Amino acid sequence: MTPTARPDAPFPRMTGVPFDPAMFKDVRVNLSATERRAASLTTRRSVKKDHQAAWLAQAITCIDLTTLSGDDTAGRVQRLCAKARQPLRADLMAALGLDALSVGAVCVYPTMVGPAVRALQGTAIPVASVATGFPAALTPLPLRLAEIRYAVAEGAREIDIVIPRELALTGRWSELYDQIAQMRAECGAAHMKAILSTGDLRTLGTVYKASMVAMQAGADFIKTSTGKEEVNATLPVSLTMVRALRDFRDLTGQIVGFKPAGGLKTAKDAMAWLILMREELGVRWTRNDLFRFGASSMLGDIERQIEHYVTGRYSATYRHALA
Amino acid sequence: MASIRDIMDTMDYGPSPEASGEVRAWLRGHAGGIGHFIDGAFTKPKAPLVDVLNPATDEVIARLSHAGAAEVDRAVAAARAAQPGWAALGGHARARYLYAIARHIQKRERFLAVLETMDNGKTIRETRDIDVPLVARHFYHHAGWAELVESEFPGMGPVGVCGQVIPWNFPLLMLSWKVAPALAAGNTVVLKPADLTPLTAQAFAEICAEVGLPKGVLNIVQGGAETGALVTGHKGVDKVAFTGSTAVGRAIRQQTAGSGKKLTLELGGKSPFVVFEDADLHGAVEGVVDAIWFNQGEVCCAGSRILVQESVAARFFDLLRARLQTLRVGDPLDKSTDVGAVVSHRQLTRIRDLVASGVADGALLHSADVELPATGSFCAPGFFTGTAPAHRVSQEEIFGPIATTLTFRTPGEAAELANDTRYGLAASVWSQDIDRAISVASGIKAGVVWINGTNMFDAGAAFGGMRESGFGREGAREGLAEYLAPEARRKGSPRPAPGQVPVAAPQGDGVADGIDVTAKLYIGGKQARADGGQSYTVRDASGAVMGQAALANRKDVRNAVEAAAKAGGWGGVTAHNRAQVLYYLAENLAQRAEEFAALLARATGATPRSARAEVEAAIARTFWYAAQADKVDGAVHATKSRHVTLAVNEPWGVMGLVAPDEAPLLSMLSLMLPPLAMGNRVVVVASQSHPLIAARFMQVVETSDLPAGAVNILTGARDELAEVLALHDEVAALWYCGDAAGVGRVERASSGNLKAVWTDGGQSRDWVRDGQGREWLLRARQVKTIWLPYGE
Repeated sequence: MTPTARPDAPFPRMTGVPFDPAMFKDVRVNLSATERRAASLTTRRSVKKDHQAAWLAQAITCIDLTTLSGDDTAGRVQRLCAKARQPLRADLMAALGLDALSVGAVCVYPTMVGPAVRALQGTAIPVASVATGFPAALTPLPLRLAEIRYAVAEGAREIDIVIPRELALTGRWSELYDQIAQMRAECGAAHMKAILSTGDLRTLGTVYKASMVAMQAGADFIKTSTGKEEVNATLPVSLTMVRALRDFRDLTGQIVGFKPAGGLKTAKDAMAWLILMREELGVRWTRNDLFRFGASSMLGDIERQIEHYVTGRYSATYRHALA
Repeated sequence: MASIRDIMDTMDYGPSPEASGEVRAWLRGHAGGIGHFIDGAFTKPKAPLVDVLNPATDEVIARLSHAGAAEVDRAVAAARAAQPGWAALGGHARARYLYAIARHIQKRERFLAVLETMDNGKTIRETRDIDVPLVARHFYHHAGWAELVESEFPGMGPVGVCGQVIPWNFPLLMLSWKVAPALAAGNTVVLKPADLTPLTAQAFAEICAEVGLPKGVLNIVQGGAETGALVTGHKGVDKVAFTGSTAVGRAIRQQTAGSGKKLTLELGGKSPFVVFEDADLHGAVEGVVDAIWFNQGEVCCAGSRILVQESVAARFFDLLRARLQTLRVGDPLDKSTDVGAVVSHRQLTRIRDLVASGVADGALLHSADVELPATGSFCAPGFFTGTAPAHRVSQEEIFGPIATTLTFRTPGEAAELANDTRYGLAASVWSQDIDRAISVASGIKAGVVWINGTNMFDAGAAFGGMRESGFGREGAREGLAEYLAPEARRKGSPRPAPGQVPVAAPQGDGVADGIDVTAKLYIGGKQARADGGQSYTVRDASGAVMGQAALANRKDVRNAVEAAAKAGGWGGVTAHNRAQVLYYLAENLAQRAEEFAALLARATGATPRSARAEVEAAIARTFWYAAQADKVDGAVHATKSRHVTLAVNEPWGVMGLVAPDEAPLLSMLSLMLPPLAMGNRVVVVASQSHPLIAARFMQVVETSDLPAGAVNILTGARDELAEVLALHDEVAALWYCGDAAGVGRVERASSGNLKAVWTDGGQSRDWVRDGQGREWLLRARQVKTIWLPYGE
């Protein structure tokens, strides 16, 4: 299926496919060629004025507003959820002619799912929980699976699992497949995003293979980073994952989403990744059921840019509500 | 107007036009017409003025004076007058001017980008991100060469006045490729831009005025083909450099034949783009975008013949079709446009005609599904499947955004298909296997090979073609060398006509004593009788008959070239191996030194002492070139980070060598040795008057382990054989040491396959003192630039 007919056309939830190394073992990724394309994506396309404002509003709907810190508290999470409900000041909403706008999800640690769910009651905003020994994924598999069960039981509708990098770095792809498939089973109705920790995988070839294995094992989304690695989401890595996703779609007919995370801080980043999605996959992949940003500070910059569009004056940070 | 909510639904890019107000104001300032830039002054535009259109809108944006003979004369005279002073300024002073030009180009970068886009139709994305930055880079690089030329090229100086004619596809960039090295080396310039795209040259002249470039150093004459011919044919021009079509290049070769002008030609191409099954297919698809869909396909080095390994062809074409649909075609000033307007309606018609011929031949055209603007000359990008090598679209340069495709099975077949063209400008090779990529890159006849990339340029890497894509290089040390000449001009006397004229009829007198000697030709490793069954009597210095030499005809040339063409192995053996063979040749010659000295003395009338000196010089020279065989290294250029950019020396292939009468042994060896050392196979036309020296020398060759076909020697009528060699399309380069009239004849005849011709201007030389050097080795090779980006 190619969900391009309508911007929000529904599609069947992906199921994954049996482990099939033939889908990735001969695929080669050339770094320089990937970098060239990544670099020219944003120089080949330019979005200005009302179009830019609309694109930034669209970006807001794709944000997984995130807090994943050791000092997270219920109070902090409530504040974040309040921002998730009203990401943009009311006067700016009115100026854009928008009546409703909310972020894609709120993303927290498992123990913060409960407070988040309560804080978002009455909205359609899902709570996403990281799980499976985030961020290192080095706890025993039963514990990692139990963590998914816990988060789902707390009300998480999306689970951001993280893959054990060892299995990718040593080429134990079928083991990786088995673990991710078990995680998907634990998720049940909750959608699963598979974090590849691309900064740890290092080479684009490994990123491609890990993407394929995660999709074969049933990941609804593939996601770049935990935000805790040295290198977070980059355009070349994202391009590689998006191409894997496209290849997987062409081979299996199944639809998978993409989530870059970590290091995305500016409205300019938001535009770059939206251009990537639109160019490589089409408009359908700029909707939040197929595309998310894992970000926390990006929203603030987007708000400032939108205010500039509305008022013609450059804006200041303190004029927008904290997350 | 669409609401924010609507745009969120469609995620349209919306318009984002680059501001053109400054350029429009400049154009209004030139509303009276564009004239020429001669001797530091802008000429008053003179009627009749010819309209210059913006091809994206068909709007007249300027009106152009076309220079006639009077203007071209004045420009050449100004350049001539300015040249000694410009050269005398010295490298550092010239460097300051070139540096200032580079800086000013950067200061005016947006203006130049917008002007180029409006003049040519190419997208602002490309003029802004590619053309103009490369222009600045070229002037910086050559500011450096100006500074260094004296120390880096000792004994070399400027050529003089350069007449340069550039095309419309990269107007300012091609201007920079021509002007920067010429000025750096101390030459002065008369440049003729294309009449379709004259405006950035005008702006460039204004920049030169702005930086205070001395008057007459750069002169720009505007106009069309007629003006161009006036420049390239002008008596006062010492060096002609041309970039453009092969047809015009051929005409210039004919026009300049025998004029003594130094010539470089950068011509057309039908460059292969080879995708192996182990390539990054997505990367290769983007490569196609940057190849044939770059600059509307109006790129001489565009990867226009896509060759895909059969195992991945279906998938690759699927990906390519999908990518094609995301290209945006339209207003080139819009920052989200990928493909702008082709340069003119005439060019568009040409593209359409060729594409129609592909469809008529049964190929399937895949076109971008785009709505083309109602006005302007726009062409939907696309590619063919189902094209065959025999189709016209596979052979001719479309010069539009349409590629042909072919599939192949093995790396060998890929290289064979890649080389199945009369051109040899560039190639792309896509494979993640380094062995495969480099072996295919070295197997393809092209001046530039990009591995896992395409259309990469840098002022520090040579660019230029093989075969009918022209000769000479632009950029890097090799490019600068094209604008230099030895400071001490050799003063030889005009070479007289050969002393003996071959006559096939019996002469009535003969050799009195001894057993009759059968002198033959040497073809394909064997002594062979002349095809025509004819010989000519050879007389010694006293007029007595020395014997008869085989009288070669055109079929012997054909046979010799065929034998040479088959002996490709000589270029593949190690340089050490070639050195060994040349040493062995010297050894075998040394064993017969007395015999050759006696023969020379008798044939030429030389004193025994000078005959012995010639033989000794021949032996020493053979040693010298044997020594050089493994020491003429290529280079690794510093271009971009994480790119290895190799300059590889490659033999031309089959070289024709035409020897003079003077010093018949030494001159022949002086011509043969450098090509052999560099891996060429040679067909030598020996001294017409002293053929028996060459005939005896065949025995030395026979005993020296040279593979069959590497050396072929013909005797007979020099200029008749030279002309057949010059006309032969398999001969890639020709060295001619005959007379002045012969120089013109072979240069004219060489225009068929545009072989590189070197002559000594028909001036005799003292071969002992002057006939050996590194420049001979460099002439015996062509540079292939291989770009290899790396990283994982």
